[in-house]
Amino acid sequence: MSATTDPAAVPTTPTRYFRLRDLPIIPTTILVTVVFVAVFADFLAPHDPQVGSLTSRFLPPFWQAGGVMTHPFGTDHLGRDVLSRLIFGARVSLVVGFTAVLVAGAIGTTMGIISGYLGGWVDQVVMRLTDTWLALPALAFAIFLAAIVGPSEMNIVIILGAVYWTRYARVVRGEVLSLKEREFVRLAIVAGCSKWTIMRRHILPNVINSAIVLATLMLGIVIVTEASLSFLGVGVPPPKPAWGVMLSDGKQGLMVGYWWLTVMPGFCIMLLVLASNLMGDWLRVKLDPQLRQL
Amino acid sequence: MKHYIARRAGYSLLSLILLSLTIFLFIRLTGDPTALLTEPGASEEDIAAIQAKFGLDQPLWIQYGVFMGSLLRGDLGDSFYYQTPVLDLYLSRLPNSLILAVSAMAFSLLLGIPSGILAAVKVGKFWDNAGKLFALLGLSLPSFLVGLLMILLFSVYLEWLPSSGSGGILHLLMPAFALGWYFAAAHMRLTRSSMLEVMGSEYIKLARLKGLSETGVIAKHAFKNALIPVVTLAGINLINMINVAVVVETVFAWPGIGRLLYEGVSFRDFPVVQGVVLIGGAMIVVVNLLVDIIYAIIDPRIRLEK
Amino acid sequence: MDESPLLELRNLSTHYISQGGSRVVRAVDDVSLSLRAGETLGIVGESGSGKSTLALSMMRVLPPAARITNGQLLLNGEDLVPKSDDEMRHIRGKQIAMILQDPMASLNPLFTIGDQVGEPLRLHEGASRRSAWERAIGLLKAVRIPSPETRVKQYPHEMSGGMRQRIVGAIGISCEPRLLIADEPTTSLDLTIQAQYLKLLRDLQAEHNLGLIFITHNLGIVARMCDQLAVMYAGRIVETGPVSDVFNRPAHPYTAALLRSIPRMTQARERLTAIEGQPPDPSTLPPGCAFAGRCPSAFDRCRREAPPVMDVAPGRNARCWLVEDQAVPVATRGAA
Repeated sequence: MSATTDPAAVPTTPTRYFRLRDLPIIPTTILVTVVFVAVFADFLAPHDPQVGSLTSRFLPPFWQAGGVMTHPFGTDHLGRDVLSRLIFGARVSLVVGFTAVLVAGAIGTTMGIISGYLGGWVDQVVMRLTDTWLALPALAFAIFLAAIVGPSEMNIVIILGAVYWTRYARVVRGEVLSLKEREFVRLAIVAGCSKWTIMRRHILPNVINSAIVLATLMLGIVIVTEASLSFLGVGVPPPKPAWGVMLSDGKQGLMVGYWWLTVMPGFCIMLLVLASNLMGDWLRVKLDPQLRQL
Repeated sequence: MKHYIARRAGYSLLSLILLSLTIFLFIRLTGDPTALLTEPGASEEDIAAIQAKFGLDQPLWIQYGVFMGSLLRGDLGDSFYYQTPVLDLYLSRLPNSLILAVSAMAFSLLLGIPSGILAAVKVGKFWDNAGKLFALLGLSLPSFLVGLLMILLFSVYLEWLPSSGSGGILHLLMPAFALGWYFAAAHMRLTRSSMLEVMGSEYIKLARLKGLSETGVIAKHAFKNALIPVVTLAGINLINMINVAVVVETVFAWPGIGRLLYEGVSFRDFPVVQGVVLIGGAMIVVVNLLVDIIYAIIDPRIRLEK
Repeated sequence: MDESPLLELRNLSTHYISQGGSRVVRAVDDVSLSLRAGETLGIVGESGSGKSTLALSMMRVLPPAARITNGQLLLNGEDLVPKSDDEMRHIRGKQIAMILQDPMASLNPLFTIGDQVGEPLRLHEGASRRSAWERAIGLLKAVRIPSPETRVKQYPHEMSGGMRQRIVGAIGISCEPRLLIADEPTTSLDLTIQAQYLKLLRDLQAEHNLGLIFITHNLGIVARMCDQLAVMYAGRIVETGPVSDVFNRPAHPYTAALLRSIPRMTQARERLTAIEGQPPDPSTLPPGCAFAGRCPSAFDRCRREAPPVMDVAPGRNARCWLVEDQAVPVATRGAA
């Protein structure tokens, strides 16, 4: 969203900025809290999330018999502090979630603009590819890619970007098709701007709204996919404290009733996804009424 | 209608080619194909045999020809772990996946369609809001989480249901619910919006003007029209379920395709992973085509297109 | 002509009430009208003047937010307003039928023509599937659809717009109603088909001695089709009377302005006089006459006080202070 857009690129309906107090209270509170926790994880976490002591394995939360205040949410099968792992897990979820959404958004928006603006065979190729990739089951496709490149945080981001860019491409292309017919684009053509300049300076600023709305809506999906991949052992590699990894580890205590190992990370995932979905719905209505049917 | 189906079939064929090309290129260009396609710890001869079989020293387009050739013969390679052809393995697990998917679909439709209609008919009222909450939770609670929480409640604390494996109907209940949960919310959302659109149409107004009761209007005139997009989505989702089931099947140790994919990843059994994704994608392309054809049969506007 | 009216509206008001009741839109306000069997009444007005809501009120099929708040709706002397939904269902489609604006969208795409034309017969007369089907063929013949035997088996999308509109007409007359309301039935048809359809409606009316209400913004159609005219503005009937009288000597400035805006062949090159300004927001009507803001002859009183219905001549009335000099308000006449 560069501020250097020239006046001719400003569409007839300018971006409606909103005031802080208009933000929906529940998702904002959750998201701000999670971001805060993720940023200050080093100060907030009472213990090292990756080091446990085998003498204090499977401690329950403090309010249950056997629980201790030093491990308020209990410990896991390696004696690691659940609260500290949750706190650092927020960082993993957010970093992977945001970067993956950005990567997918960057690829998808670029492809959508090029495909929509250039048209012709470029458009045909990109759209056929988009259709085909959308047909692939996202999770299975991600697992397949993870199996090829191996698990790491970096790879997860690339994989999620590769799987989800198609959704942006389709929406952005649709917008570009209508923008192409608008007066300010025609003016730019007449003024002799090159195709690339038009795409960068006139088309891009006008599709960025939709891309942002879509990104917010995608955040929840991406976080769930990352958690699923981590849960299956092809996502964030242990012993990194990702919530999906914690759930996977938690299976070991599930049948004997060590509920906190499942419920705690599960609740965190749910809250974050719920907040992203609510935020996405709100933004969609606020920024881009045309996207309502998405 | 013949033209319509021929055109759809042409698109599907193109999609299948692009699909195989995508899978093929990802393996050749991003990984080490020799390492992926040979068993860990394979002998020099085995490696050489695999390289010869897939022509890994040949130019890419010849390799693709070899790849497509074996695909068309139904040869998806052999599983390293099970030492059987991947296709056989896939087909032996398919019935279990279908049982799970059909049950989950039945559950999701039984919950999603009536609640969607209720929400649309009572738009803005209590049931509509309850439906919105349900849809939000459905989309925000990942299926594996629902599965784990259910195990905790119904298997560990209440001891009502078995936590894993397959067998009787009791084994099916929790996986079907966990898998159908998300889709129930999706079907509810779509039923609601589609029903709202239909209820605002002129022909619904005319049906009321004819003197039909509100129940009659909904049951006879609105229901069938509102269901068309839901049926389309449900058809596609049935196949999606088989493929998304990987987490649910892992949680409940349900021996279906998803579990096979998980095993493939855990045992570094690459041909299995590749096979599952390829067949999964192909199934979705084919089902999309079938749904379009069924759609054409339900909807006279397409059926009679010359 | 002292025959009792087929339909009589007495001070009918329909309001849209927002949730919580904070916003009230008086879509139809204090409307009185009457219509005899065999007669045609044209209701004209700009879009948003409330004429469609008026039609829906007569059928009692209002959207959830709308409510008949006052007045009576007499069909053969029987008030329909207090009737239950169940009772209304037996009247709707049987005694009063309505033809909607959009013929392309009025038919359900998933049912055959025969099913849809026969549906009211099965509903109201308990006709069997087979006899409803056969009578549907007869009805299609009555609305002059060629080869009805094959048409009944077809689906709406196989018909042209004009044919669909006639099918909608056939549905309307299927149970031989006494009153037929047609809401802009020809807007989407081209001129030849429009003329054919209007003629068909006239013929049907003559055959069945129908009361016909024609809702339109096209004064040309009113001139051709109607005996009586009611002009609607901002939810109120501002003028009623026999078509020729109103056309020749409009009493209300709004009617006069509407008439001036009709394109005439003889003045084809002259500019059309559109009415200046916009109709008022129906949720915040001014205290006086709703037309005062656009009225060329408005004076102080118009802006202060809403004019009541006043007689202009026998069988003619208008809501305008200009009429006052020539007549007495209807409401005070009895007391005088």
